[in-house]
Amino acid sequence: MAIEAHNVTKRFGDFVALDDVSINVESGSLTALLGPSGSGKSTLLRVIAGLEVADSGDVFISGKEATALAPQKRGVGFVFQHYAPFKHMTVWENVAFGLKIRRRPKDEVGKRVEELLELVQLGGLGGRYPAQLSGGQRQRMALARALAPEPEVLLLDEPFGALDARVRVELRQWLLRLHDEMHVTTIFVTHDQEEALELSDSIVVMNKGRVEQIAPPGQLYDEPANEFVMSFVGPVNKLDDAWVRPHDIELRHEPNGSTREAQIERIVRLGFETRIELVRDDGERLYAQLTRNEAEELELERGDIVYVRTRKEKTFSG
Amino acid sequence: MTARRLVRYGSLGYLALILIAPVGLIFWRAFEHGFGTFWTAISNPDAMHALKLTLEVAVVAVPLNSIFGVLCGLAIVRHRIPGMGIVNAVVDLPMALSPVVVGLALYLLYANNGWFGTWLNEHGVRVLFAYPGILLATIFVSLPFVVREVVPVLREIGTEQEDAAATLGANAFTIFRRITLPAIQWAVVYGVVLTMARALGEFGAVAIVSGGLAGRTQTMTQYVQAAYENGANETGAYAASVVLAAIAILTLALMTVFGQREDSLGHRGA
Repeated sequence: MAIEAHNVTKRFGDFVALDDVSINVESGSLTALLGPSGSGKSTLLRVIAGLEVADSGDVFISGKEATALAPQKRGVGFVFQHYAPFKHMTVWENVAFGLKIRRRPKDEVGKRVEELLELVQLGGLGGRYPAQLSGGQRQRMALARALAPEPEVLLLDEPFGALDARVRVELRQWLLRLHDEMHVTTIFVTHDQEEALELSDSIVVMNKGRVEQIAPPGQLYDEPANEFVMSFVGPVNKLDDAWVRPHDIELRHEPNGSTREAQIERIVRLGFETRIELVRDDGERLYAQLTRNEAEELELERGDIVYVRTRKEKTFSG
Repeated sequence: MTARRLVRYGSLGYLALILIAPVGLIFWRAFEHGFGTFWTAISNPDAMHALKLTLEVAVVAVPLNSIFGVLCGLAIVRHRIPGMGIVNAVVDLPMALSPVVVGLALYLLYANNGWFGTWLNEHGVRVLFAYPGILLATIFVSLPFVVREVVPVLREIGTEQEDAAATLGANAFTIFRRITLPAIQWAVVYGVVLTMARALGEFGAVAIVSGGLAGRTQTMTQYVQAAYENGANETGAYAASVVLAAIAILTLALMTVFGQREDSLGHRGA
């Protein structure tokens, strides 16, 4: 295991940010810490980096006890949510910082910085100041800076949070390719379930300072451990005590034994997907996701009465 | 006349009346009888001694207050030390307190029968009516400027850059030197300039503790007052005032230049 946290607890005054949290992160993997704001995911990342000291619990990095180690000695690369660029230094100086501190020979520093700038597609921009870069460029600079001292693990705090949607999607693809090339054990924090599902080998779902479930994306989606995971990861309808994904709802014009009557309130076409918003005969609201073809075949209209059948209902005890 | 013009000329006229006229008058009076007279007045041994003493005090007070100011600012913003809130409030005391009161307090403390004075007197250390007293008074009144400039900038830059440097392997001293100090350097420069202006110009507190002996414990501001009071040496008073005013104007000019450079580089807030 590249990173282990055992029974980590951290309080800020009365607020319990981390409540007995344990995770294991495999060497070379890409792991997401997913949760709503205030769930403790960023705090856990900062405890792993040594930027916060846990009240209790242990942290191991590459098999070595790191609980009491200063951040300087952990061999960790950290990319901050707002990138924390050194504003008074050029892009080149930013990336070189970790190498110069280690007093690496000048030509080695120069070579490595140029390599990294090429890698993050900032070749030729070394002389600029961070203020002269776009958000996406600044983020890649921060990544190059964190990678420069060749860290054993890379920690990313909401790496795409401050970017607009298009740049975000591009950078995700790019980060995936980068991870495939470098194989640095990587943990990233996100509140965006889509981002977690798309990028990671393994997802740690957090809520209120606790770990709700640790699983690969597919398993997390298909076999959520509890109501929180079910509702936080992927779209969902709650019907009485049961949960059902909108794409597991079938609509038909004729009733059969197991259907319920509902009226179509709204039809939203989102490219390939068509979303049908419904009100059931008992007043319960729900929505179904159909493919465009399915929706067209059914010839649905607003105000139509349809019959609803659910395919994979889930109930959780407790 | 539009309202905007009224505001513009009104404020300029007010400035001219309140600020420019008195300062201009000083310059005019000092050079009224030509540069030769000015030079004779300012090269008088008492005037030169006063200038030297004032600079000697500033040269010690300004660096001490600057170092204290940066450290104190860091302590207030970066470390959750119990009681730092009180320190933050007390630092402003010299701004709120009349300098005369400061002088009187120092006088009571260091007089031959004062709290510290008794002991110091027994050990042959003279504070009042000597360099140490003047220095103490000057340090007191010019204490808050660097702290007040540095604290808001430290708050604004936050700890992210420092944290980033730490994860990259930098130790505390390197972080301070390479990250924190460059980020607050213009705030420090502003603070130092203000501290300097106050140290050179202080009158009230120094007047009480220095004794104002011509050629011995008289500072520049006291020399101006003494020269003018006697009536015998009005040109001397104007000449010394011009030197003080010139230093102040130079200081302001430097601040403006620094301010512009800072804007063009976009170091603050960019």
